Amino acid sequence: MDQATEWRTCEPVIAGGALHVMRCGDGAPVLILHHDIGTLDRTPFYDALSRQFDVVVPHHPGHGRSERPEWMRSVRDMAVVYRWLLGTLGLERVSLVGLGFGGWIAAEMATMAPSLLDRLVLVGPMGIKPPDGHILDQALYNHLEYTRAGFHDQAAYDRVFGAEPPTDLVVEWEICREMNFRVAWKPYMYSQTLPHLLGSVTAPSLVVWGDDDRVVPQSATGPWLENLPDATLEFVENAGHFVDLEQPDALARLVTGFLVG
Amino acid sequence: MHLMYFTEQPMSTYPQQEGLDFGATALMFSNRHFDPVSGSRLYNEYIEEYKLAESVGIDGIMLNEHHNAPFCMQAKANIFAAILAAVTERMKIVLLGNPLPLAENPVRLAEELAMIDMISRGRLVSGFVRGGGQEQLAAGVNPAFNRERFEEAHDLIIAAWTREGPFRFEGTHYHNRVVNPWALPLQKPYPRVWVPGVISRETIVWAARHRYPYIALNTSIESTRNIWKIYDEEAERCGYTAGPENRGYLQQCHVAETEEKAIENARQFRWMQGEFTGLAHPSWASPAGYSSPNNRRAFVEFSVGRRENPRGITSFEEQVEQGRIICGTPKTVIPRIRRVLEETRPSIYAVWGNDGTVSHADSLSCIRLLGEEVFPAIREIGQELGLHSPFDVDAPVSLAYSPETDRAEVRRQA
Repeated sequence: MDQATEWRTCEPVIAGGALHVMRCGDGAPVLILHHDIGTLDRTPFYDALSRQFDVVVPHHPGHGRSERPEWMRSVRDMAVVYRWLLGTLGLERVSLVGLGFGGWIAAEMATMAPSLLDRLVLVGPMGIKPPDGHILDQALYNHLEYTRAGFHDQAAYDRVFGAEPPTDLVVEWEICREMNFRVAWKPYMYSQTLPHLLGSVTAPSLVVWGDDDRVVPQSATGPWLENLPDATLEFVENAGHFVDLEQPDALARLVTGFLVG
Repeated sequence: MHLMYFTEQPMSTYPQQEGLDFGATALMFSNRHFDPVSGSRLYNEYIEEYKLAESVGIDGIMLNEHHNAPFCMQAKANIFAAILAAVTERMKIVLLGNPLPLAENPVRLAEELAMIDMISRGRLVSGFVRGGGQEQLAAGVNPAFNRERFEEAHDLIIAAWTREGPFRFEGTHYHNRVVNPWALPLQKPYPRVWVPGVISRETIVWAARHRYPYIALNTSIESTRNIWKIYDEEAERCGYTAGPENRGYLQQCHVAETEEKAIENARQFRWMQGEFTGLAHPSWASPAGYSSPNNRRAFVEFSVGRRENPRGITSFEEQVEQGRIICGTPKTVIPRIRRVLEETRPSIYAVWGNDGTVSHADSLSCIRLLGEEVFPAIREIGQELGLHSPFDVDAPVSLAYSPETDRAEVRRQA
């Protein structure tokens, strides 16, 4: 294992709850915010970015090894917790990479302190009501069905999670799901106010979509592009919603190019 | 004993093969299969059956509600309770119960229930439930806060009934600027609250803490005994000793003129392929946050098809063997019921008499046999076993109104 992929962890207490934070690499700081199904400890996408950047990957409050804050009621609360985390880590100005649900959190953070944002990358972000279609409602699907729906190629799912993911992992997905419900139950997985606030984001933004995303309809690209002042749109081929898990190299190239550009 | 009649009010005329083909008969099973013409007929038949129950001496009618599913036609228990308040004269109207978390404004429930209590001249028993998992989805109510909403809505309703208005209620999930309902229950301090359940330890403990009778819904004798153990231990911690007046049991029991007919009709208790609340989609029945964390792993395994329903699925024969389904003529069911009473000692005993496609005529016959032949014998057995109901012994409505309780302390805490 080369030095660049030596991951370390810390557990700062933010707003009364311990956050599990993974970190690796040197360079400009990049905060990656994971999906609504939690995150694996290591992924090829995280590793790829850590070769050029100081990559910080926290487990969301109530997901994985981070404590569940009983008081938390909204994704905006999560965004404030992450702003607090950045202060605790001494990271003033960062780039944000938000994956799916994490994209919603990243966008909320971007609106809170636009001047502290270097670049914003949103990959299949939730958070805005798609003008056509609905965000796939995990409440109506079992965990295996929902996660599989996030892949264009089912062989990629098998590769990442195993054809029959272990029950421990499915229980983790359930715990994530409960936290998702606590903060994003109604309206489901979007904010009615976020689109009106995105105009404050001055940093260049990259919006990325898997060309076969069945979780967040592609129609949502419209409002993101209309409301973010400086945004470009890219598609990744042969990718579902979990672009980072299905096409990690293609996404890493795209994101790296944008962050250093 | 307090002896009740119950039916889920099955919507029996839907095309059952369609449900099997779809794989679930709840939440997403399309209402294009709902036929309002037979719905209208069935509602009126159920009213006739309830009236007969009163005329043959049954003590109470147990009512419930469910949503988006053919296994239960009652979308609002309070509507049938209001009807029974007007068309019956003597029997108790026992709601088991209103699903509190589904309410966005519990004060409105408090008003409806007060109206039912007044119209019925004080015959209401106001049970409360959390609502089934799929009902949280049907109502769009967050399953992750189900228990918190249940407890808080209860506190608000009791306050609305017992505290002089106007007052303000600022809870976590409910915020009422002005609580001042101009409809208050006739019964004081408030109508009895009974709490039905199947599996969650938290609900049993909560009921015991309030000294509310817990009604075990069709559980096996062994499970029922475990429930009483949990209840009794919590009761002791709260400073009282629980007895039969704290215990209820719902029994699937069909009675007919002949054994053959009784068995044939009792098989209809399995008309939902053995599911208690309709042929359920495992994920919809247990949305994240709805079930006790202790049962999380089991429900996750169930959800993804790696184990059977933690609530338990057993065959008709097994259920008969376990005493969860009883069927026969009055002569043969009485000793079987006696065994259940001896083993579990409830004072509140509800018979779920008819289900599925059992005909109106057979339903009426079952009710008549229950009222005229079975229940009189059960009443005697109850006397012999000392199974005295909360009404028999004038049990306190709640712990806060118990003689053992320091009222001033309770008021201070409130």
